[in-house]
Amino acid sequence: MASVPRLCLLLSIIPTILILCADFACCNTGRKTGDGLDTDFSGFSVPLEHSFEVDDVSRFRMRGALQLRGGRETSVSLSQSQLSEEDRNTLKEVAAVDGLYKIRVPRVSLTDRQTERQMDGYLTAFVRACSLVESHLSDVITLHTDVSGYLIGVSIVTIPGACRGTEVEDEVDLEAFNTTLTIIPPTNAPQPETALFIERMDIEHEKRGKPQEQKSFFAKYWMYIVPLVLFLMMSGAQDQSGGGAANGGGR
Amino acid sequence: MSKPTSLFVIFFSLFIMSEAVFEDQVGKFDWRQQYVGKTLFAHFDSHSQSSNKLFLATDKNIFASFNSRTGDLLWRHVDKVGPEGTIDILVLHGQDALMVVGGGRLLRSWDTNMGGLNWEAVLDTGSFQAACFVAIQDTVKHVAVLKKAAISLHYLTNGHQKWVENLPDSDTVQYQAVYSGGEVEVYVLGVVPNSHLTIIAYSLEDGEIIKSVEAPWLSSVESSCVVIGQGVLMCVDPATLALYTLPIQAEEAPQFNQILLQSLDLEVSLGFQPVLVSSQPHPARSPISEFFLQLGPDHHVLLQLNADGYTIAALRDFQPAFLVSFATTGEKTVAVVMTPKNETACDINLFSADSGRRLLDTTVIFPLDLNGGKPFKLYVHAFLKKDDSVDYRVLVQTQDHALTFIQQPGRVVWTREEALADVVTMEMVDLPLTGTQAELEGEFGKKADGLFPMVLKRLSSQVILLQAWLAHLWKLFYEARKPHGQVKNEVTIETLSRDEFNLQKMMVMVTASGKCWSRQSLFIFVWSQLFGIDSKSGSILWKHYLENVQPNAVFKLIVQRTTAHFPHPPQCTLLIKDKDTGLASLHVFNPIFGRKSHIAPPALPRPILQSLLLPVIDQDYAKVLLLVDDQYKVTAFPSTKNVLQQLQEMASSIFFYLIRSDQGNLSGFRLRKDLSTERIWEVVLPTEVQKIVAVNGKRPNEHVHSQGRVMGDRSVLYKYLNPNLLAVVTESTDAHPERAFVGVFLVDGVTGRIIHEAVQRKARGPVHFVHSENWVVYEYWNTKSRRNEFSVLELFEGTELYNSTVFSSLDRPHLPQVLQQTYIFPSPITTMEATLTEKGITSRHLLVGLPSGAILSLPKMFLDPRRPEVVTEHSREENLIPYAPEMPIRTEWFINYNQTVARVKGIYTAPSGLESTCLVVAYGLDIYQTRVYPSKQFDVLKDDYDYVLISSVLFALFFATMISKRLAQVKLLNRAWR
Repeated sequence: MASVPRLCLLLSIIPTILILCADFACCNTGRKTGDGLDTDFSGFSVPLEHSFEVDDVSRFRMRGALQLRGGRETSVSLSQSQLSEEDRNTLKEVAAVDGLYKIRVPRVSLTDRQTERQMDGYLTAFVRACSLVESHLSDVITLHTDVSGYLIGVSIVTIPGACRGTEVEDEVDLEAFNTTLTIIPPTNAPQPETALFIERMDIEHEKRGKPQEQKSFFAKYWMYIVPLVLFLMMSGAQDQSGGGAANGGGR
Repeated sequence: MSKPTSLFVIFFSLFIMSEAVFEDQVGKFDWRQQYVGKTLFAHFDSHSQSSNKLFLATDKNIFASFNSRTGDLLWRHVDKVGPEGTIDILVLHGQDALMVVGGGRLLRSWDTNMGGLNWEAVLDTGSFQAACFVAIQDTVKHVAVLKKAAISLHYLTNGHQKWVENLPDSDTVQYQAVYSGGEVEVYVLGVVPNSHLTIIAYSLEDGEIIKSVEAPWLSSVESSCVVIGQGVLMCVDPATLALYTLPIQAEEAPQFNQILLQSLDLEVSLGFQPVLVSSQPHPARSPISEFFLQLGPDHHVLLQLNADGYTIAALRDFQPAFLVSFATTGEKTVAVVMTPKNETACDINLFSADSGRRLLDTTVIFPLDLNGGKPFKLYVHAFLKKDDSVDYRVLVQTQDHALTFIQQPGRVVWTREEALADVVTMEMVDLPLTGTQAELEGEFGKKADGLFPMVLKRLSSQVILLQAWLAHLWKLFYEARKPHGQVKNEVTIETLSRDEFNLQKMMVMVTASGKCWSRQSLFIFVWSQLFGIDSKSGSILWKHYLENVQPNAVFKLIVQRTTAHFPHPPQCTLLIKDKDTGLASLHVFNPIFGRKSHIAPPALPRPILQSLLLPVIDQDYAKVLLLVDDQYKVTAFPSTKNVLQQLQEMASSIFFYLIRSDQGNLSGFRLRKDLSTERIWEVVLPTEVQKIVAVNGKRPNEHVHSQGRVMGDRSVLYKYLNPNLLAVVTESTDAHPERAFVGVFLVDGVTGRIIHEAVQRKARGPVHFVHSENWVVYEYWNTKSRRNEFSVLELFEGTELYNSTVFSSLDRPHLPQVLQQTYIFPSPITTMEATLTEKGITSRHLLVGLPSGAILSLPKMFLDPRRPEVVTEHSREENLIPYAPEMPIRTEWFINYNQTVARVKGIYTAPSGLESTCLVVAYGLDIYQTRVYPSKQFDVLKDDYDYVLISSVLFALFFATMISKRLAQVKLLNRAWR
């Protein structure tokens, strides 16, 4: 069972992008929506945690849950709750001191569910807290997988990404994340395009038409060459005899 | 229609690209130095008196011949790397050089005149022990090769095996030596350690006699026994402090005869293993009966075995004496002894071997280099003068693998720095300005002190400049009158100064740590060497000997301050790190003079994980080096108050990355104000799938001139120029040809964002790659098609720039467009590097080192993922070469024409002051320096530029205008009068 999804993952060159705007206000943090019964088909969920502290010491808290589906088409969705009043204030404070907003996800495999438990450690990424605030919590989270479906990296950027120092007045802008979530498998590097090149060469050859039956050089000009050679031979023989005579004289 | 045009495009592009050296340019801008490595065996050609050949076999598996008058390489045979090509022994007889290669695999005979191979014989399996010539009636006809379990005799003329005999009890007896004294028998000596000695005599025709001698004290024949005189085995036992003699050829059961050292009034230094040195001048005769006994690190005694074969007479005591050797010419054998003279020199003297008398007027002085190693071995070439007295020349091998050839009365004929055969890393440093230029520069460096003094200073410096210019003119004039060829441009460290276009630089090279086992003090010397080489001539200007560098050390050479900050001297730092423990040390030096800097480097008690050079400079203009230890603590060097303050201010914008390839872990850190660090990102590549083999950022001194590429429709495709981008190359752990792959990850070193992730299927390493500008070129082995392939990745932002003024990794949310194309390359490669120029205007070339020793300058134009498969109007407009799957190799692209660089290991490129010119150094076994002009010399007038013609034409035109103007005026005036 495990090998089939892997194969499928390899085949799916174009990653499925599933965008989920987290507008559900009622979602509980960390509650796994996919229950034990249908994990094989509807995937599984891993926690997405974030940390933003004024003193820059990481204290990760639950931000939401990632629903990963490693089926024919790998897909991912995110359910996350709103930021609390306290969190909003902290985030603003962190932004004011140019602190970092960090997220992390555990290392998991999308295809092989057995090894998920064995892997430890997290994949971490960060973005400047001020840019997150100024973009009104619109972030793009990208998950990268390797050839065998392991998550190898996570990245977060905000759009726009700059910190211009604009004040965010409206508290409502900092309540809910506007997250774009993608999962990117590795692209296959191209092989040398020999077949196409040969095909093109053939077409060009055909276009030019069949070349006329090429006569060899000798076949074309034998009537000139034979007399010339004969003439040279004759004169050469004379020279030789002359030369021999000269040599003889020299001795 | 499209075909001819495409062909035309290719032809045209090639026409532009084609660059080759004209015959008269050979050696004008390039030089090559050939090395052979550490000498294992050296022999002088004693075949004829007038011969001046020297034969060396080295640890780099090279057999070479030198001209001993000049030190020039006559010929060289480079064998395979590794144990397959190791030279076990080199023995010389007449015109034949016999060599056992590859741990007893092959027996080769070389013609010493021309260096041609006479014959090669494949030997039976078994590890090699010893070999010697076998002579009958004064003519050497055979060579005996002793293996662990067999002895074979080969004809010298054709290598055919005369006979082979299995040695009895070879599983218990260690056969270690073979001896022939010119009689009809060959003796094989074996030992059962601490039990007995076995002597087997083989007659040349056939048959064997086995003798066994009790010798419970003997553990190794090889290290403690020699044969002297009429076949007497002389052994030394350090436990009982006694010499033992044994006649090998004795008919009946022989016995060891013990002679206590005490009875000879000799005393061994404490803890020293005594060593015997003997000499057999001719294989057809027995060895001489004199021998040296080394009793201490610098204590030797010349002893003589008396004619009775039992008693020993002490001829002379040499203390102190570093090295001893025997040399023979004609019938005379002399002992050569090296004694210390003073701190900076050693004396070498000749002594008559049979009497121990010193020969008059034979002293040679060997200068000791404080920046070199100590003398290690002597090779003496003795010859008879006309008045029948002995003269000699000495080849001294020092611990740093250097060879020095000296002749009387102490003239160093030549020196070869063989440590340069193993360069591991290098840098090129600009030469300092001349004194006058520096004076002018110094004016700007100082603070203003009033208007009047400033004017005075300016005037004085202008006068100095004028003076220098006049002196230069005078010199030119003076030298022009001298006949050609007499003008010598000797490069010394004093006359070094930057030339007009900064084409001459100082090459600082670091050699791999060498190992030298010294018999004198039972101590292994581990060292590495630094060399300063003039890039124009290739002459070694300075060298520095670094002691106690572990053999597995890795080096990183960092230029902290260039020569641009007069009067502060330039400063380089060599980071030496033990690969196993991670402990590191710093060596700070001046790269122009090689002198150690007085600045004390910080103590580094903890293993160092990462070092990074910051663009931050201290008040003395030295860039700050940050060293991160295993507790993620940061040490700054230099760590002045100023620097620490700057670091605190900049801390939040200093990011660095660490890579642990054993765990597949890449992580990023940010510096905090208190110089501690925090981990901010982490990417983990599971090691069960793939392992990281190489990580490469971009070169910090690289400039990119154009931000984008103009396309056929006049729009601009902007390059993605991320200075923090890392290229991470992985190889799959699964080596099966169908499932193996090579991964290429482009990771931002600040944010840890994976910019691109490509997988090359059915591929495996070794992967060579270059990362520069907005592209990565990598080369791998295609396991399916069984060929080498090149792949190029280029990153573009698109037709619009996100933020055109400044690049920040933190503010670049959109991923770049990635284009990739792959080509077949018809040759394996050994190393790859890209050209580098001052401003980055010149087009780029890839310099590819091929195993053949050629260095290919491959235009980057051929590695362009935008090469179209179908030629269109736009692509023609852009000058794109139509796609062809195979990359050509044109011989005119070989920048080193016929000067092949053996075993090329690395290529270093440096910009020069001329935009068109890039300096290239290829190193491996040889060192080759040249210049390349990727876009031809667009900013230089040709050598044969006709100044006379141009100026005469100009003048002629000028006068013609004047005259015609005058004529026109006259004509107008005349017309007006009419």
